[in-house]
Amino acid sequence: MTETATPAAADWPAPAPGAAPLPRMVAAQASLELRTLLRNGEQLLLILIIPVLLLAAFSHEPLVNFGPGKRIDFLAPGILALAVMSTAFTSQAIATGFERRYGVLKRLGSTPLRRSGLITAKTLTVLVVELLQAAVIVAVGLALGWRPHAGGGAVAWSLLLVLAATAAFSGLALLMAGTLRAEATLAAANLLYLVMLGLGGVVFPLTKFPADAQPVLKLLPAGALSDGLRSVLQHGNGLPVRDLLVLAAWAIATIAIAARAFRWE
Amino acid sequence: MSSPSVPWPRCWPAIVLHFSPRRIQADPAGVATAFPAGARPEPGRLLPPRLASVGTAPAVEIVSLVKNYGRTAAVAGLSLRAERSQVTAILGPNGAGKTTTIEICEGYRRPDEGTVRVLGLDPVRDARELRPKVGVMLQSGGIPTSARAGEYLRVLASFYARPLDPAVLLERLGLAASTRIPFKRLSGGQQQRLSLAAAVIGRPELVFLDEPTAGLDPQARHATWDLITGLRAAGAGVILTTHHMDEAERLADRVAIVDHGALVADGSPAQLTGTAGQLRFRAEPGLDTDSLLAALPAGSAAKESPAGHYVVEAHDRVDPQLLAAVTAWCAERGILAQSLRIESRTLEDVFLELTGRELRS
Repeated sequence: MTETATPAAADWPAPAPGAAPLPRMVAAQASLELRTLLRNGEQLLLILIIPVLLLAAFSHEPLVNFGPGKRIDFLAPGILALAVMSTAFTSQAIATGFERRYGVLKRLGSTPLRRSGLITAKTLTVLVVELLQAAVIVAVGLALGWRPHAGGGAVAWSLLLVLAATAAFSGLALLMAGTLRAEATLAAANLLYLVMLGLGGVVFPLTKFPADAQPVLKLLPAGALSDGLRSVLQHGNGLPVRDLLVLAAWAIATIAIAARAFRWE
Repeated sequence: MSSPSVPWPRCWPAIVLHFSPRRIQADPAGVATAFPAGARPEPGRLLPPRLASVGTAPAVEIVSLVKNYGRTAAVAGLSLRAERSQVTAILGPNGAGKTTTIEICEGYRRPDEGTVRVLGLDPVRDARELRPKVGVMLQSGGIPTSARAGEYLRVLASFYARPLDPAVLLERLGLAASTRIPFKRLSGGQQQRLSLAAAVIGRPELVFLDEPTAGLDPQARHATWDLITGLRAAGAGVILTTHHMDEAERLADRVAIVDHGALVADGSPAQLTGTAGQLRFRAEPGLDTDSLLAALPAGSAAKESPAGHYVVEAHDRVDPQLLAAVTAWCAERGILAQSLRIESRTLEDVFLELTGRELRS
């Protein structure tokens, strides 16, 4: 370095500050988050490998009685719900919690990327990952004999449910990541993943739970999403208004609280 | 506004702020140019909109800054001015309030009292306008642990309109071979240098560096110094905090010594160390220092410490007359003074004298 010292000092470019257009900043940040997420083995396990393994295992072995109909037709919508939850909630909560802990959010605060831009980038990342998950799960499901109702209405209502659930899970993720210590977020996010896996109608039908508990479980975001997706994709019903309202209420509540309570450092 | 995608309702408060008069602290130069003679307002009076002054405002202007954490005063009435195109070093022991002060300038914290202007702007209220102009290096971390060095710098470059070439910057900081290595697997020194690169990639007018060379090996330290020198030569302002006296002496145009949240001394390294000084020599032990003192100009001091080592301290500075007085006194007594040398004070001495504390305590 010492040989190059003098020229480096002499020809340093003059200051020329200026912010890039917002879309360019958001796209760059989202692509960084996407690449680091897809390189992280633990995250991949959570968002892709576990859902696909559950789909394959539970569709073949009669481990749980799903009731009448083909097992895969019951299972695939639940696994899609699990995939949404794993990305929008668990993975996002853990990643954001550690970004906060390591000062990444603080550091970004001094760049031209505003907080609204950062949140947009994170949402974009979640949506892209969900698209990848859906592609893999649908492909595996179809290969295993899944035959969902796939008319225009079914696709539109499913997308609507997934978007509402993504907002609700993201709000919950940011609320935890922005208020708890990173380690506490890690533990709680994994715990809630397991709880919602068990109680959210993902692989265990909600009808197996006591009659008193069922309405309560359908008020949880995971239960509402799996119930709604199953209603549309398995039974061919119209828009499940109740489930959508539950998800929207969760989204509004968690995002409102997160917006107030979030600590950036 | 800079971004076309900002919805209209979010634009207007910023525009109102832009053109509304604001209170600023008295600035003799600014007042003189803003108002004709005889019309000078009192300090704190309203001045015209700041747009005219932004381009010429000092890099940093802090007036009577107070910041408390609970009942502890982190900053207690600090006033400080740093010019553009200069390197200003803020020197002080741990807990002196250096990082708090810098983080208020960066807009991370709000002052409890006092005013802070960075490039003539309010760090919190004018954050959107200020952020592209200011580069920040935090004391530690801030980079995603699994992002690769080159990848991270390219992403950051795309936040700015006219960034430096990330590859060239990595090369200059000796990180060219680490481009594909994730942040968490870089050495401490490499992480520091990547953090420094991140602070300057957007070609800022002003750079805040919080202990940029802490924990660096000498080679990495020199690379960092070269970069800071280059930035300054190109016209950027640099504010850095440091524990290292040699760093401040070597790089800084101005040094601000801070202790207990307040400024205790401020000036160029030469101004701070130039006055006073010592003359040292060795001779046989037990010389009569009282008689030596009597031969010296008033206000001098002389002592033997340890045995055989003599120190003469000047009242103002060591000048040829003092040197002549000492050697004449020796000649009268047939004493051959050995290892005779004149030492100016170091910033370390100045600091110890002003605060009674070691810098790295």
